[in-house]
Amino acid sequence: MLILSFVKKYLLPRIIQYVIVIFIGTTVVFIIPRLMPVDPVQEMINTITQKGTYMDPSAVEKLRESLKELYGLKGSALSQYFNFWGRLFKGDFGPSLSQFPTSVTHLISVSLPWTVGLMLVTILISWIAGNILGGLAGYFNHTRWAKALENISMLIRPIPYYIFALILLLIFGYVIPIFPISGGTTVGLRFTWSWDFIVDVVKHAFLPALSMVILGAAGWFQTMRLVVSNIVREDHVLYAKAGGLSEIKIGFKYVIKNAMLPQITGLALSLGQIFSGALITEMVFSYPGIGGLLYNAIISGDYNLIMGITLFSIIGIATATLVIDLLYPLFDPRVRYR
Amino acid sequence: MTILRELLRDGRFKFAFIILCVLVSLAILSFFSPYDMSKWNVVPRDMPPSMEHILGTNSKGQDVFWEMTFAIRNSLLLAVIAAAFSRIIAVIVGLVAGFKGGSTDRLLMSLNDSFIVIPVLPILILLGSILKERLSIFSLGLVLALFGWAWDARVIRSQILSLREREFTYTAILSGEKTLELIRKEYIPFIIPIIFATAINNMFWAVGMEVTLAILGLSNLTIPTLGTMLYWAINYQAMLLGYWWWVATPVIVSVFLFVALYLLSVSISEYLDPRTRIQRIGISEGVK
Repeated sequence: MLILSFVKKYLLPRIIQYVIVIFIGTTVVFIIPRLMPVDPVQEMINTITQKGTYMDPSAVEKLRESLKELYGLKGSALSQYFNFWGRLFKGDFGPSLSQFPTSVTHLISVSLPWTVGLMLVTILISWIAGNILGGLAGYFNHTRWAKALENISMLIRPIPYYIFALILLLIFGYVIPIFPISGGTTVGLRFTWSWDFIVDVVKHAFLPALSMVILGAAGWFQTMRLVVSNIVREDHVLYAKAGGLSEIKIGFKYVIKNAMLPQITGLALSLGQIFSGALITEMVFSYPGIGGLLYNAIISGDYNLIMGITLFSIIGIATATLVIDLLYPLFDPRVRYR
Repeated sequence: MTILRELLRDGRFKFAFIILCVLVSLAILSFFSPYDMSKWNVVPRDMPPSMEHILGTNSKGQDVFWEMTFAIRNSLLLAVIAAAFSRIIAVIVGLVAGFKGGSTDRLLMSLNDSFIVIPVLPILILLGSILKERLSIFSLGLVLALFGWAWDARVIRSQILSLREREFTYTAILSGEKTLELIRKEYIPFIIPIIFATAINNMFWAVGMEVTLAILGLSNLTIPTLGTMLYWAINYQAMLLGYWWWVATPVIVSVFLFVALYLLSVSISEYLDPRTRIQRIGISEGVK
């Protein structure tokens, strides 16, 4: 009975939400090429032939067909739409136009580990650091250092990823050049499980990670501080204090445990924004992840690759959000026992 | 006016308010510009700041100070357009979901949450890569509005949900007031402050998005905005060539703008939140 109500009340709505997100996202991507006042297929073929790559007429015709299918411009609107979904389920985003025969799926799978690695590390560090600092600052609300931290975070948080990354790039690239400012490894270095290789990867990831960690931590710090400073004033905490429990016990058992829950929900909801931030950061530091790939696609006008990455990121973020949502009951007893 | 005076007591609000006033007057100054920003090579190129050109000139042969005034004007305009239109969507969705409740609420909120979860940037990049020069300030504002309403609709909905359970709602319904009248007379006054606070937040987000898109070359690059100004500076390698005044101007202005808008929204929403208001009064009394 308990499990049944858990599935019905918690699991099912989450999965339905997941389906809706993917449905909306895919439909938006499907509609966008249709908003164009000109024929996207012709425009695409023009840009390819303008670059001077020679193609014989039959190849152009073939490309036109595959582009039409890809943009969902073949047959009636409804059948186009179903075809679009069919390709999506097969994970077939078509070929990249700037690196022609290579498939978009392959390009994405090569750069995905870099982005996932960067995001995992920075989310973990910024989430933990922001929450610990925010928790402390909220608990000791009126101390001078708590106020100082609050003011610093207030100045850092509103700066957009691009500007912040650019500032770091200026400082570390030109004023104090101790870290490499672009790429994922030193050029020409091959993948090995050696100490040198790992050091090289960490060194290259340092600046992109730093900019994401600082911005992220400032955000988590602020929400955590606000939540904790409200919980501290609640009756059960005052009661525990009056009962003479140790500060540490009150902090961990009564305050942090309660304050963590909205932060986990917040993590699930803001994953899309963090991902967007990662894309921008990667572009600034020409990191070889999805963001770097997207940047190259923009520069070379590789519309196919842009579309593939867009679809892929919608599905990826929706899935990651679902995973966090499904892990949530592990932390929240109210969901578990409902 | 009394609200403004109350708000100005907050140091953060005062600071942000002054910055914003300065930025707005710079934007107004653009109407009196001696130069036409659509023309290139009207002044000597790459001059460092001097008496004649306060912030120097750029490689396009334009005066950086006057370019900046136009950039501020257009960026602010974009932000206002995006905020205004997304407010309309947010208010409608929030009102309907909160007032109707039940399955309408569930449906609208799952739509709402989808828009929160979907990563906006790749979609905007896709759109920008197709439209580029065809994007005017107005249409870019509209597009941003389409993606920027979801968080705020949620806030408005929860406010309406709590209003709906209040005594005066029942009084109004029982005395036969029409739904629209009820919403206009009784609810709108409560949600106007929320609309205002979230609008500032949204402006802030819209300017940031514009900067990002423009730097990637995905907006109309002939319109001077904070983003396109940075785009040209980076494109002409201003950093490597040491034309720091050209890069630093848009960076510093946008940092000031972002911090100011952010502080405004924080300060206003704290002012609106009764819990923190009590806390603030409590603190100030404690200090005395």
